[in-house]
This record gives sequence, C-alpha cells and structure tokens, in this order.
Amino acid sequence: MTTANAHDWLSEHGDYLYRFALARLRDTHQAEDVVQETFVAAIKSNNFAEQSSPRTWLTGILKHKIIDVMRKSNREISASDLLTDEETELDDFFNAKGHWEDKPQAWNVPDNALEQKQFLKILQSCIDRIPNKLATLFMMRDVEERDNEEICKELNITSTNAWVMLYRARMGIRKCLEINWIGHK
Amino acid sequence: MMNCKQASQLISRGLDVTLSKRERFALKLHLLMCKYCSRFRQQLMAINVAISKLGKQIEDDSNIRLPEETKARIVKALESDA
Repeated sequence: MTTANAHDWLSEHGDYLYRFALARLRDTHQAEDVVQETFVAAIKSNNFAEQSSPRTWLTGILKHKIIDVMRKSNREISASDLLTDEETELDDFFNAKGHWEDKPQAWNVPDNALEQKQFLKILQSCIDRIPNKLATLFMMRDVEERDNEEICKELNITSTNAWVMLYRARMGIRKCLEINWIGHK
Repeated sequence: MMNCKQASQLISRGLDVTLSKRERFALKLHLLMCKYCSRFRQQLMAINVAISKLGKQIEDDSNIRLPEETKARIVKALESDA
C-alpha cells in the first residue's frame, strides 16, 4: 500500500470504517483511534492482495484493532468482581425458592417503524446504563462470528465468567426495557 | 424439577452455546409449564435481534462521518510513518 493509495482509501472508506467501529465500540474517541491504527497498520503491511477489495481488507484489520480495545477494557475483570457482591443483586430477581420475585411483564418489540425507532432508543439507553465491561462483551459477540470459547480466550476470561456476565447483562437490559418501554407507552 | 432462576440461566446460556441434551430437555419441560420463563426467553431473543439492528443503524447512517480533524490527523500519521 502506498501513501497515495492510503489517501484515496481514507476518503473512500474512512467514513465506513468509522461507522463500523462505532457500531461496536459505541465510543467516538475509541472509534476514531482504531480507524487511525487501521490505516497506519495498512500502510506498513504488504499483505494486500489485489484480488480482494480494499474495504474488505481494511475491515479485516479494523476488526483486530476493535478486539484489542475490547480486550484492554476487559482486563480489569476479576473473578471476585463477577461472583460475589453482584450475586446478591441477582437474587433480587428471584425469591428463596428460585421463583420470579418480579415476574416478567408481557411486552413485545414493536413492528412498525416509528415505534421501533423509539424502542431502539430506549434499548440504547439501557445498554448505556449497564456496566461498560458487560456491554463490551455483549457487543463483542457481534464483531466476529466466532465461537464463544475463542472470544473468551481473547478477553482472558473463562467461559463460566463469560456466561455469568452475559446473563447479568441480559437481566439488566431486559428489566430496564420493561420499566422504560412499558412506562413509555 | 428446575426452578425459574435455573431456567433463566439456561435460557441465557442457550443463546451463546449449545446446551446438552439433558439441559435442553429439562428446560423444555420447564418452559411448557412456566409462562414467565417462556416470556423471558422470547424477550431475550427479541433483544438480541434488536441489538444487532442498533448496530446496523449506526453502520448505515451516512450522516455519521469520520470527523475532518481526525482525517487530517490520520493523514499526518501516515506521512510520518511512510
């Protein structure tokens, strides 16, 4: 890749790569940084095969950069973080016998476009409210279609921790949606 | 007999990995009798779909652009690296 190429690619694919990163990292600064890192890595690399499209190639590099960021933000997860004090919080959802304390209410994701837009807005604010680490893991599944075990290896967490975290994230998001979506209607 | 707390955990895990035959059977049995867990399962699946829709929305939004300052910064970085 030459510098001239890089400039063309930046104006042609920069916005796309930025949106791709933003959709997964949900942080404008982090998204800008990974796009920059992607172009810097691309210009140093000779791996570009002419038969593949620049966009596909750049997206491939970008995915790795995104995972690096996610891995870093997950570094501070410790087992105690996951399984002790927060466990009590989860117990609020169920009584001592393991029955729903707080029975799931009936609601659906709306079909019509306008309502769906509002629903997605509430969903986003619910995701923003859960701890960052959980949200990251949640998004990570969306970056690459790889199996969970590999993702766990990348993030240095055990698969048990991963599913406890995902469970917690889902419980939180679902409850938040229930309160805010039904409340909104 | 599985309780709702256990069922809800299996439901969540079932979205990420394939459950064992035994787990699937126990869960199915529970879901047949428990409308709350069935509801919970449906909502989790719907949330999954909605989350990927959220990502797509950002990806397809042509109003979202890499800021000009960032582009300039990248150009600078490329030139100093070349």
